[in-house]
Amino acid sequence: MGIELLGGRILAPYFGSSIHIWGSIITIFMLSLSFGYLAGGKLSTKNASLTKYGSIFIAAGITILPIALSSTWIMESIFLAVEDSRYGSLLASMALFFIPTVILGMLSPYSVRLLVKDKNESGKVAGVLYFVSTLGSALGTIITSFYFVLMFDINTIIISFSCTLVLLGMTAILLNKFSNPSKVYQNPQVGDQAHG
Amino acid sequence: MVKISFISLFSLLIGFISSFSTNINATIIHSERSLYRNIIVEDKAQLRCLKFNVKHRKSNQSCFNKSNPQKLVFNYTKLLFSSLLLVDQPKRILIIGLGGGTMSNTLHQLFPDVAIDNVEIDPAVIAVARRYFSFIENDTIHSQVQDGRIFVKRAILKKQKYDWIILDAFNGDYIPEHLMTKEFLEEVKGLLSAKGVLASNTFSVSDLYAHESATYHAVFGDFYNVRNTANTNRIILTQPEGLSTPEKMALRAEALEDKLSPFGINIHDILKSITSTEQLQDWPDDTRLLTDQYSPANLLNEK
Repeated sequence: MGIELLGGRILAPYFGSSIHIWGSIITIFMLSLSFGYLAGGKLSTKNASLTKYGSIFIAAGITILPIALSSTWIMESIFLAVEDSRYGSLLASMALFFIPTVILGMLSPYSVRLLVKDKNESGKVAGVLYFVSTLGSALGTIITSFYFVLMFDINTIIISFSCTLVLLGMTAILLNKFSNPSKVYQNPQVGDQAHG
Repeated sequence: MVKISFISLFSLLIGFISSFSTNINATIIHSERSLYRNIIVEDKAQLRCLKFNVKHRKSNQSCFNKSNPQKLVFNYTKLLFSSLLLVDQPKRILIIGLGGGTMSNTLHQLFPDVAIDNVEIDPAVIAVARRYFSFIENDTIHSQVQDGRIFVKRAILKKQKYDWIILDAFNGDYIPEHLMTKEFLEEVKGLLSAKGVLASNTFSVSDLYAHESATYHAVFGDFYNVRNTANTNRIILTQPEGLSTPEKMALRAEALEDKLSPFGINIHDILKSITSTEQLQDWPDDTRLLTDQYSPANLLNEK
């Protein structure tokens, strides 16, 4: 959500602040989250492990980096190629946000798979997970829009998000290595970052 | 008891409402919720005004005098004419932020041959300007529905130049954030002809003032501030290749005096309200610039 919010800012210099900007951003985020859920669910059926889970975090952290590092030339070429700022902003959101958001979307179903031990508990686990991840989204939104934008450059915020994701991923992988493999430890805070 | 208190409450309410309406004494002749804002057109005695936000005390975006449409109502619209002290007979004018179209109409009356491009993000504002403010459009005066930033970027690609750019885009609160950044001002600078002038209507009395000033200074060097004590508006005048000298401005004021007085503009008074940042820099040197990366303009404006 933090990234979604910054998306409006990132696109504004090239595609303006017309209402369709938010339409583009929200459409792409919803679209990519839906594919992410599907892919994450599918992936969780094949030897789910904390190591793979951690790798998803790392992949997400790496794929959001281009939003900070190469957004200018991506948006510039789209601006030159597409005259209509509605489709321009849709394409730009696609280019910048689609891949990382698909990967972030994969985390939710994968977390369910790792946390559910007993099918009687599955509803409760999913409930807690939705609670934590949506609460995390709310916090990410308010902190980013109220405070981060007052203090930091947009790129600094994006790169910190990226570092946080990579760190969380590495923590998950290391935990898996050092803890008893039969006992899958899961920090619920990790799920919180899924939409952060 | 309950009944009495109810009645007293009721009469209080009636009293409140009637005092409200007699105080304002204005009739709303049009109101709509557009994609971007509430638009209200209000008639109050001889004045017709366009408002974007009911609560805001500085919410009048554009007014004109129905019995004497030539006379400019707003102090800031008059102050914008200070630009003419810096540029000889502009040929092409760009106005970003239409409002009621009063600026465009006045300029057309002053210079019938001049080409004027008006850029406005909200199609509803253009419709209201046409219907209630007799906004003139013809072969030389155009209006376009577009975000100001995109218009400027596209115009640069088409290698266009303007002699006078008026930046008067406001949302309900202040200037949209992406129209205040260093990158944007550099783009606008690229769209100005060598001797052209940029006039920005601002009214910051907040933390934003320093950031805004520092950003203009970083892009254009020293600039002129135009303001009088009548209100908090400040017009920033900038030129890409150095500012006109005071001597030249005094000469232009002489030449313009008779032309502008029918519009209620006293150009000599305006000349006196111009100060240069060369003499007085009223913001700290280490002020952070507004950029596309850092532009929490509306948050700073609250402080």
